[in-house]
Amino acid sequence: MNGLTQQLIRAVNRREFLRSESVGIGAIALASLLDDDLLTAGTKRVDSANGMQARVPEFAAAAKHVIYLHMVGAPSQLDLFDYKPVLQKHNGEPCPKDLIAGERFAFLKGDPNLMGTWCRFAKHGQSGQEISELLPHIAQMSDEIAVVRSMNTEEFNHGPAQVFMMTGFGRQGRPCLGSWVSYGLGSESHDLPAFVVLVTGQTPGAGTSLWGSGFLPPIYQGVRFRAQGAPVLYAANPPGIDEQTRGGIVDDIRRLNEIQLAESGDPEIAARIAAYELAFRMQSSLPGLMQTAGEPKHVLEMYGARPGEASFANNCLLARRLVERGVRFVQLYDDGWDHHNRINHELPDKCREVDRPIAALLRDLKQRGLLDETLVIFGGEFGRTPMLQGEADDRAGRDHHKHAFTMWLAGGGIKPGISLGKTDDLGYHVVEDPVHVNDLHATILHLLGRDHRKLTYRFQGRDYRLTDVGGNIVDKLLI
Amino acid sequence: MVLYGLLTVALAFASGLAIAADEKADQKPAASSVPAGLGSTRVDFVRDVAPIFAEHCTTCHGSDAQQGGLRLDARKSVFGGGLTGPAVIAGSADKSLLLHRIRGEGGLDRMPLDDDPLSQDEIDRIEAWIEQGADWPQSFGSTAESVRSHWAYLKPVRPPIPSVRNHERLRTAIDAFIQARMEDKGLTFSPEASKEQLLRRVTLDLTGLPPTLNEIDAFWADDSPAAYEAVVDRLLASPAYGERWATPWLDAARYTDSNGYQRDGRRVYWAYRDWVIRALNADMPFDRFTVEQIAGDLLPNPTVEQLVATGFHRGTMANVEAGTDPHEERVLAVIDRVNTTASVWLGTTLECAQCHNHKYDPFSQTDYYRFFAFFNNTDTEIEVVGGEGSKREMVGPKIAIPETAEQQRRRDELKQSIDRLTEQQKTLPAKSNGDSKLELELKALREEYADAVMPTSLVMKELAEPRMTHVLKRGDFLRPGAPVQPGTPTVLHPLSADGAPNRAALAQWLIDGDNPLVARVTVNRHWAELFGRGLVTTIEDFGTRGQRPSHPELLDWLATEFIRQGWSIKTLHRLIVTSTVYRQSSRVTAALLEADRTNAYYTRAPRRRLTAEHIRDNALAVAGLLSGKMHGPPVFPMQPDGIWYHAGVANNVWTTSSGEDLYRRGLYIYWRRTVPYPSLVTFDAPSREVCSVQRSYSTTPLQALTLLNDPVYFEAAAALAARMMTEPKASVSLDDRIAYGFRLATSRKPTAAEREILANRFLQEKRRFQESPEKLTALLATHPSPNGADKLQYAGWICVANVLLNLDESIVKN
Repeated sequence: MNGLTQQLIRAVNRREFLRSESVGIGAIALASLLDDDLLTAGTKRVDSANGMQARVPEFAAAAKHVIYLHMVGAPSQLDLFDYKPVLQKHNGEPCPKDLIAGERFAFLKGDPNLMGTWCRFAKHGQSGQEISELLPHIAQMSDEIAVVRSMNTEEFNHGPAQVFMMTGFGRQGRPCLGSWVSYGLGSESHDLPAFVVLVTGQTPGAGTSLWGSGFLPPIYQGVRFRAQGAPVLYAANPPGIDEQTRGGIVDDIRRLNEIQLAESGDPEIAARIAAYELAFRMQSSLPGLMQTAGEPKHVLEMYGARPGEASFANNCLLARRLVERGVRFVQLYDDGWDHHNRINHELPDKCREVDRPIAALLRDLKQRGLLDETLVIFGGEFGRTPMLQGEADDRAGRDHHKHAFTMWLAGGGIKPGISLGKTDDLGYHVVEDPVHVNDLHATILHLLGRDHRKLTYRFQGRDYRLTDVGGNIVDKLLI
Repeated sequence: MVLYGLLTVALAFASGLAIAADEKADQKPAASSVPAGLGSTRVDFVRDVAPIFAEHCTTCHGSDAQQGGLRLDARKSVFGGGLTGPAVIAGSADKSLLLHRIRGEGGLDRMPLDDDPLSQDEIDRIEAWIEQGADWPQSFGSTAESVRSHWAYLKPVRPPIPSVRNHERLRTAIDAFIQARMEDKGLTFSPEASKEQLLRRVTLDLTGLPPTLNEIDAFWADDSPAAYEAVVDRLLASPAYGERWATPWLDAARYTDSNGYQRDGRRVYWAYRDWVIRALNADMPFDRFTVEQIAGDLLPNPTVEQLVATGFHRGTMANVEAGTDPHEERVLAVIDRVNTTASVWLGTTLECAQCHNHKYDPFSQTDYYRFFAFFNNTDTEIEVVGGEGSKREMVGPKIAIPETAEQQRRRDELKQSIDRLTEQQKTLPAKSNGDSKLELELKALREEYADAVMPTSLVMKELAEPRMTHVLKRGDFLRPGAPVQPGTPTVLHPLSADGAPNRAALAQWLIDGDNPLVARVTVNRHWAELFGRGLVTTIEDFGTRGQRPSHPELLDWLATEFIRQGWSIKTLHRLIVTSTVYRQSSRVTAALLEADRTNAYYTRAPRRRLTAEHIRDNALAVAGLLSGKMHGPPVFPMQPDGIWYHAGVANNVWTTSSGEDLYRRGLYIYWRRTVPYPSLVTFDAPSREVCSVQRSYSTTPLQALTLLNDPVYFEAAAALAARMMTEPKASVSLDDRIAYGFRLATSRKPTAAEREILANRFLQEKRRFQESPEKLTALLATHPSPNGADKLQYAGWICVANVLLNLDESIVKN
């Protein structure tokens, strides 16, 4: 057995793992032994330990974690955050022709009429943020959040717009925000993945590519936790195999792999040994993580969470538990916000499902001192039209709208209690402080201590970045 | 700052103009022409201008890339001209193209392309420098005079086989090329791999399956000098060969059984997948393989098979989300066909020229849309059904596939099942909402029946009247620009003038003897599949930004040899796997790491994890579960409940297959783009949403969990345990049973130390199950013990088999 092999074996020895717990899985000695070019030579080989080593940001970062709440289908900004008295005044009148000349919509045709909101808006908190009655709990947190009413995107169909929002590109195949963040910052969790995805309801239309790593190595893709049963596929042992037996089996795999490592000298075996050790630790830690029943009653009530149920409230609570355990990026999707009709029934229903848990999440993070280092983001893939779709009665809805919509951010270096950006009187176009999806991405990376122009990955002869060739940091949002 | 434009201008454009520029250099500029702000300050090129070029321009116009044939770090290039003439006319800013381009004047894209513009101060400085005579000290910068053509765009010339000092290890020409480089560096081949190792390696490489114990014994016993070559020939003739090599090709063809996107409904053209397997098994020459897939429909009197082959380009995604525009989707499909063709055959990132001229390679946007025009003559493939704003469906040309006896049998079987369930359904309460288990099952059966009644396959079909193609400004289908005719990139060999410029002509152009890329790109891809790295490591990019070949002469020799051997892929594989390079040991030593860290000199054989599908195939084969059934509709092996439940169109449900279809090879598993089969994804199978020519090889904890706990792999462990118990003679020792299972999993005998670890596991787990009968009951409830077998022993062996199937050695070829 040569010296190198001995070092490798020592590096992946379980005892060393246990000792290195406090600094996370990436910090094992393996990382310093194997440099990148060895692991990526020729093919795109990446080992889990080395690739996930926690990395120091380029500059002092405000945020260490991200919780991103995406309302799939696109909530109506005009009924939640962007109150337009003039639109209200012209409710039912035809939309000005010059506004929509040459425009493409998913469904609207001909001469649509304007539609004001049926919701009451009020100013809240010291900040005086104007928020709809549909979100009473979030309104109570208005001094914590920065509302951006001037978001705009480039896509107006769900699939492409979701991919655009997550990857900065309108077709599938690029790495998503969470993957870029994992790639840029690595993991701080000893026994959980760096990037976790929680979905309530249907999987979003654009599918798994929303948390895919594109051309980045697959270790950076999001790991979707399932809402019920075992959160990670195959984390549960088969019937009859208990933890002791599993531990014995994993032990033997390690010992036999160590023999093979000594025999072949292939450093990839060291990576595989490390992967089995993490897998075994995940098996032990996941059940505890999912045991939300152990939360105090008042916490469960605050979220409106019922342990064991597949709900958005449970996912919000789980998001906090994940961040507490060092997970870098938690992505929540909530299905059912595509209100082409019956918006005055369906939007309030959806708001009731998410309003309370989201406010509870902010409050809970703040109470635990986690909000300062956790960036919370709320939004959809685009907005909805100031024009009515369908019949002008109980069945009315709003079509997809890419020119102007609202998102909000909180914690993690975001200036609390501010409003940014304005739309025109009808809420159709942004007229002040426009924020493009690329700008949002640049700002998120900045808050995490990475320069969006420098966080690149070479693929097909080109250095790719999340913000492609765009992106300006939105300084006004920063503390 | 690219001086794009007419690429038809000869590359060696009038270098005489440089003299004119030099002559003017001595003239004093008129003070009035100096831009405001700089007054009469003398601009110093080295101090004031060269840094601007270095910061903003030389990535694309420098030593690495010379877009438009221009280098802004070389005096002669700047004054002598790129493809569109001199960039700078000394003393005359107005006439200097450089200035027009950085200002974005004259209707051409502003430079730097896709990047922030230069600041006013920088532009002023450059202008002043030109007006003041564009003085550029002779000694400054690169002395390059003209731009050499990029190596990959020149037709390969068959190099002589190099002579080497030591001939002992030479088996093939490949070895001479590799050894010649080694000798330069004082390196040598590693020793020959052991016979077991070699047999395992070549069997996994050529068939994706492990060698059987009989095959190992036979090879071990065969001392004849051609024993190995005989094995290679046996493997090349095995039907499993086509199944193994279909996988990388199907990645490239982005073949799946679904449409992709939000709704992701079913699409039926598995006949194309079978065509690929059959073509590979028949060793269809790669030139014919190319022609039939690109333009089989345009051949005279095409056969059903030739039409099915055109399914290659029916793999494009289709968004049938309500609100999409079928015409936009059609354009996106054409774009995908262009990009895929360029990637697979030309190793070229042509897609970069979709919105603007390629930043690094000599492909203009016009080139892109001329190429686009070849594929632009098909109809829309999405149809709006039932009026505005409502459903869309994936349509487009398809053909009926003649039915085999087996298919006929399956169809009858389905009909009977449907009739039986329909009867049962009548007994259900009337107000059932249609989602009971029975109803879902019935629905799935009816769908399969619909497919089975009329097996069809998607094909390409040309419009009667060619559609006019336009350059699309910024790639936007609503912004057509100048019309263009079908054509191939100007920098490459010309398209034949005979016949119509259609897909058939394009296919002929691809396989033309003058094509500098197709043979190189193809042999490189096969080399990479076998060695884990390409001779050009950027398999997808042979352009100026790609890596240069590590062994350029070998690449060119292989490319020309490939054509000389009639484009035979089997001949190419035989050549490679019988070489000394391939037959070396894979052992890594500290000395080897020191001398050849990344194995760029091929001083050892690669040791690499199997591909996702082959991890499955291998485990099922080791367990004795693998079905040898080939071809036909996709199968639905076990997957966890609820994986599909929440995704896409409602009528696409996963109904687990039965019988041997549970144990078919991975490439037959139904491939759904938004939710591919979980264990394949975990082992780095791509989503196949778009073309992919190289997979990743990650090592993750999710892989460990899959091999440990996925019911498919745990069932394999149980089956392997049963083999260990029942196949050796009843009288054999514990150690021999362990050796039997170990050999099935790794193709070699265990050492005493390895045996001891496993024997202890067996004894310990047996004891634990004895102490906890409830564990034993739970285990046996899902995995009943074989007839007459001791239950406790069986439980112990399952644990041992679970270890064996998880060994690194069991999932790598070494």
